[in-house]
Amino acid sequence: MSELLRVRDLKIGAHVIPPDGDPFDIEIVHGVSFDLKKGQVLGLIGESGAGKSTIGLSALAYGRGGVEITGGEVFINGSDILKDSLGNLRKLRGHVVTYVSQSAAASFNPAKKLMNQVTESCIQHNLCSQSEAEERAVTLFRKLGLPEPETIGDRYPHQVSGGQLQRVMTAMALCPQPDLVVFDEPTTALDVTTQIDVLAAIKEAIRDTGVGALYITHDLAVVAQVSDQIMVLQNGNTVEYGDTEQIINRPAEAYTQALVSIRSAEHAEKLPTDAPVLKVDGISARYPGTKFDVLNDVSLELRPGQTLAIVGESGSGKSTLARTITGLLPQRSGEITFDGRGLTQTLAERSKEDLRELQMIYQMADVAMNPRQTIAMIIGRPLEFYFGLRGSERDKRVRELMDEIELGPEFLSRYPAELSGGQKQRVCIARALAAKPKLIICDEVTSALDPLVADGILKLLLNLQKIEGVSYLFITHDLATVKSIADTIAVMHRGKVVRYGPKSQVLSPPFDDYTDLLLSSVPEMKSGWLEDVIAHRKMESAGN
Amino acid sequence: MSFVVIKLVSQRIALGLLLLLAATVLIFIGTQILPGDVAQSILGQSATPEALANLRRDLGLNEPALNRYFSWLGNALQGDLGTALTNGKDIAESISGRLNNTLFLAACAAVVSIPLAIFLGLLAVRYRNRWPDKMISAITLATISVPEFILGYIVMYFVAVKLQWLPSVAIVRPDMSVFDRFEAVAMPVIVLTFVVLAHMMRMTRAAILNVMESAYIETAELKGLSAFRIIASHAMPNAISPIVNVVMLNLAYLVVGVVVVEVVFVYPGMGQYLVDHVSKRDVPVVQATGLIFAAVYILLNTTADIIAILANPRLRHPK
Repeated sequence: MSELLRVRDLKIGAHVIPPDGDPFDIEIVHGVSFDLKKGQVLGLIGESGAGKSTIGLSALAYGRGGVEITGGEVFINGSDILKDSLGNLRKLRGHVVTYVSQSAAASFNPAKKLMNQVTESCIQHNLCSQSEAEERAVTLFRKLGLPEPETIGDRYPHQVSGGQLQRVMTAMALCPQPDLVVFDEPTTALDVTTQIDVLAAIKEAIRDTGVGALYITHDLAVVAQVSDQIMVLQNGNTVEYGDTEQIINRPAEAYTQALVSIRSAEHAEKLPTDAPVLKVDGISARYPGTKFDVLNDVSLELRPGQTLAIVGESGSGKSTLARTITGLLPQRSGEITFDGRGLTQTLAERSKEDLRELQMIYQMADVAMNPRQTIAMIIGRPLEFYFGLRGSERDKRVRELMDEIELGPEFLSRYPAELSGGQKQRVCIARALAAKPKLIICDEVTSALDPLVADGILKLLLNLQKIEGVSYLFITHDLATVKSIADTIAVMHRGKVVRYGPKSQVLSPPFDDYTDLLLSSVPEMKSGWLEDVIAHRKMESAGN
Repeated sequence: MSFVVIKLVSQRIALGLLLLLAATVLIFIGTQILPGDVAQSILGQSATPEALANLRRDLGLNEPALNRYFSWLGNALQGDLGTALTNGKDIAESISGRLNNTLFLAACAAVVSIPLAIFLGLLAVRYRNRWPDKMISAITLATISVPEFILGYIVMYFVAVKLQWLPSVAIVRPDMSVFDRFEAVAMPVIVLTFVVLAHMMRMTRAAILNVMESAYIETAELKGLSAFRIIASHAMPNAISPIVNVVMLNLAYLVVGVVVVEVVFVYPGMGQYLVDHVSKRDVPVVQATGLIFAAVYILLNTTADIIAILANPRLRHPK
């Protein structure tokens, strides 16, 4: 097989312009080398900041924002594209090398029809006529399993779903029949049940067209399904580079081993104890101005010192449930009992005690904090507000809380922007704990974090539960997280609870159809898993 | 055409009509509290009190304000704008020629300035923060910062006095040929273009730059499209509504705000007519011109809103 891509000692830098202070340059990729043959797939894996997207875009000689390739060589079909003029690069981009981004929803022009955008590269590079390009596109739409392949191109991006859009984007990348496609986290923004279809479609398209691919992701289980080789990256350096089989089964480096064996947070399921701290009884709710119940007769119970996990895909109503419990969205019917007393529908009518004992932690830690306040001010605020603590008393309590979240006192004078994602989430946890709550609602608190960091947060939450006896209502779409943290699980689908009970019971067969679909869609870290699941599902649907 | 679009567009039109009605109230109140007495200004200082009282009665000035408002509104709706107090001529008749002149001037200025402003805006985006961008910004900002009457005299000084290309006044008569008309309005058009260019050009630049941050622009770049193609074909369609808004605002200004320029160049348009009759306390004329200006303003802004609605693919093609 001939060589398609050869990268040697690639160095990439960024020009940083801080809001205060002088601009400076940093290096974000420090000399990375790899090869890719025609028809092969190389997985680039690492946590955020590892430089994987930046390396992927270097195959198009493109730097995002202030990013610039500062050294090394990138050979495509034998010629070094870093030495090419911009005019030559334009001939390369969208023809020889194409790109599939993480967010197809943002990457399509909202004002143009899908077909125009899919065929644009072919027309731009004079590869074929418009009608030929459209024929190619329809063939690809069909191959990628899109509904109504003949007419879906006439729609605008907002008229198709996220999973479909991601497939249309794959078709857009394959339409000019490139030699190399860079897939940049193409399934990360999708629900698990959608991800599996898109993943299978991408894998099949790669195999059928014989195109080479760089597959970028943070999810080792996903990359194990599609790639021939894997390169593990950390902070812009290669940690390990080898065949997929070797990386997953016999990782040599400690960092890779940690990635493979993530999710060490575990705890034994607690038995139901005394009276529930939170009782949700027959709740229905809809958003103002709509005629559709987002929550439909939801009943749940949460015991003190335990964790109730709400699992579901986007649109299942799990975040709406949190909004209803906190009083942000009044329910239409049903009752919420908290610590033996009824909660009023609206936030404005609730007592300060109700507010204090029910705290929230959010998915996006950085937007949940005032960027102009120091960490000490952020954690100190609930202490002042709820307990009237001032001066040294408050500072002492803030330090105790910092101890609990395992951050040193040197963080107290820093601002949120100076912290990493995991550290920010820890600060949010400390702020919630400062109110001495009975219940903390955790809304996708680990979804935006890298797996290793997320694991640390889960361990911290479990540990704090042991010390403080606080209950968690844990909302997530990630079943693996549920397994590690929950005592009780409620599976939600289209506003209804479809399965509810102790963890051991919910996660053991026999399953209802939806829970089965959800569980079987979570990628597993073994090669051949994807094919097995797809084959299994085909058999089942044939049997029906 | 979807139901949502029809609903939104009819809402805009209804709102525009309501606004126009509110404008008539304001115009009427405004002219009522105007200082001075029409009868006095017609008859002069030496008029006897009896003569003044008679004239007031004849003009209907003793009627209650509410009655006068409704009879004025009712007549205006039928196209009767009344007769001028000062010369007894039918207002609608005397206005029509002047309105044509003003619209002609505005149209000429619009035809020159709008494409120029959008082109300069695109150019400024293409060479963002480089010298062409900075030069375009500097020049257009300089021209907008100079008051238009000074700008008018500067243009007059160079074009009419120094170079002697054109006459210094822009008088048009009904019997002039089209070419002569163009020659006559050339200088006012230059001044008006200078005045409205900066606003439209900077809005085009800002709106497109805003869109250029989007992820789909990166997608276009990675398809190997040229910079100008990306700006014109991917960024521009998504920047239409802010651009149309500012274009319409400036079009309205070209019709309504040309008073000063018309006076400077002695151009026989609506502005001059209005200024003449305000000084003569001719209330019906002031009301009629005010009404026309308000209607033009509301019409153009409603059009901008409707275009913005039609330009939104989410409204045009619902799920």
